[in-house]
Amino acid sequence: MVNLTMNGLEIAFEKGASLLEAARFFGIEIPTLCYNEGLNPYGACRLCLVEVGAPGRSRLVSSCTYPVQPGLIVRTHSARVLKARRLLLELYLATCPSSKIIQDLASKHHVTRVRFKQKNEECILCGLCTRYCAEQMHGHAIGMVGRGAERRIGSAFNKKSEDCRLCGGCSYICPACQARCQGPDEKSAVCGACLNLAPPCLDDHDDAMCYLDPCAACEMRGER
Amino acid sequence: MQEGMIERSHPFRQNGISLISQLQQIQQEHGWLPEPELRRLSAATGEPLIEIYRVATFYKSFSLAPRGRHRVTACCGTACHVRGSAGVTREISKLLGVKPGGTSADGRYSLETVNCLGACALAPLVVVDGEYHGNITPAGTRKLLKKITGPEAGNGAAAER
Ligand code: FES
Ligand code: FES
Repeated sequence: MVNLTMNGLEIAFEKGASLLEAARFFGIEIPTLCYNEGLNPYGACRLCLVEVGAPGRSRLVSSCTYPVQPGLIVRTHSARVLKARRLLLELYLATCPSSKIIQDLASKHHVTRVRFKQKNEECILCGLCTRYCAEQMHGHAIGMVGRGAERRIGSAFNKKSEDCRLCGGCSYICPACQARCQGPDEKSAVCGACLNLAPPCLDDHDDAMCYLDPCAACEMRGER
Repeated sequence: MQEGMIERSHPFRQNGISLISQLQQIQQEHGWLPEPELRRLSAATGEPLIEIYRVATFYKSFSLAPRGRHRVTACCGTACHVRGSAGVTREISKLLGVKPGGTSADGRYSLETVNCLGACALAPLVVVDGEYHGNITPAGTRKLLKKITGPEAGNGAAAER
């Protein structure tokens, strides 16, 4: 067991565990995008940031990849953390406003504006799908390809992978494919109401398989 | 980091097959990374093909397309940029008739740009067929490329390893 301080509380937690696991165990909620209990931590989304170290000498680390350490002082909801988290969510809204998960997180953290150039990416490179494929399915059909701004999810040589068993796990676990509810103002990055206008994915991605059930978009079109 | 966490974050790094040096070997042999070779590597080592592809697409020095017999690499890193690599690259591109990142139609030259070769004191840097040349000016590029463009370079056979 490792003794540390979290939000002023003296806690003891299993060695080798992450700060995120410890926080969740003690009922402290930390938002995440790229973390899944069944997969190895990856540290891509940075949403799980927490402040570690004595006040004044602290720094922000991703709690999903930071191990519990004896005597560590952790603050999960300090002003600095919340500010950083909000900024991250704003960036995510600018990148991928079509994701319901991101919209929900943003409204939960009171992010009501987006000051960045609006993009409409379909992927936030959280790596959940590639980890799911590799770790849960032992498929290794998809992975990260390229580097920097060209980084994307793909298969080897852009060919349909022979290792893919069409399990559909990648689209199931994806936080970006879930269609958001688009408010009255479609153009805005911030979701306003619960009018579901644009159908999500199958219309545009023939080979994808949708496991969303219930799916509001399908219901709206009377397909289910 | 504490034991445990590293293994959990990098599950596929445990039985490393020194992938990069294997890729370097393939590239040395063929001049680029042909798909069948990578498939063979994957089958032989058990490393998933996508992992090999991921590493091959990550590094600029690996090429997944055939390259010219003569390879010219111009550095566009910060130090080289400040010392005028843009003009040098433009000049080389004009002289060889190849766009940065491309290979000439006859398969003779290819021109690549990289972001720092680690010899910034010699900026701007140009590598011609593996040979490093520092302090290059746009005016000096013609002389530099003589070796591979001149008649004595023949069909490029001389420069081939
Ligand atoms: S959940 Fe920790 S970085 Fe994404
Ligand atoms: S920037 Fe060109 S060698 Fe470093």
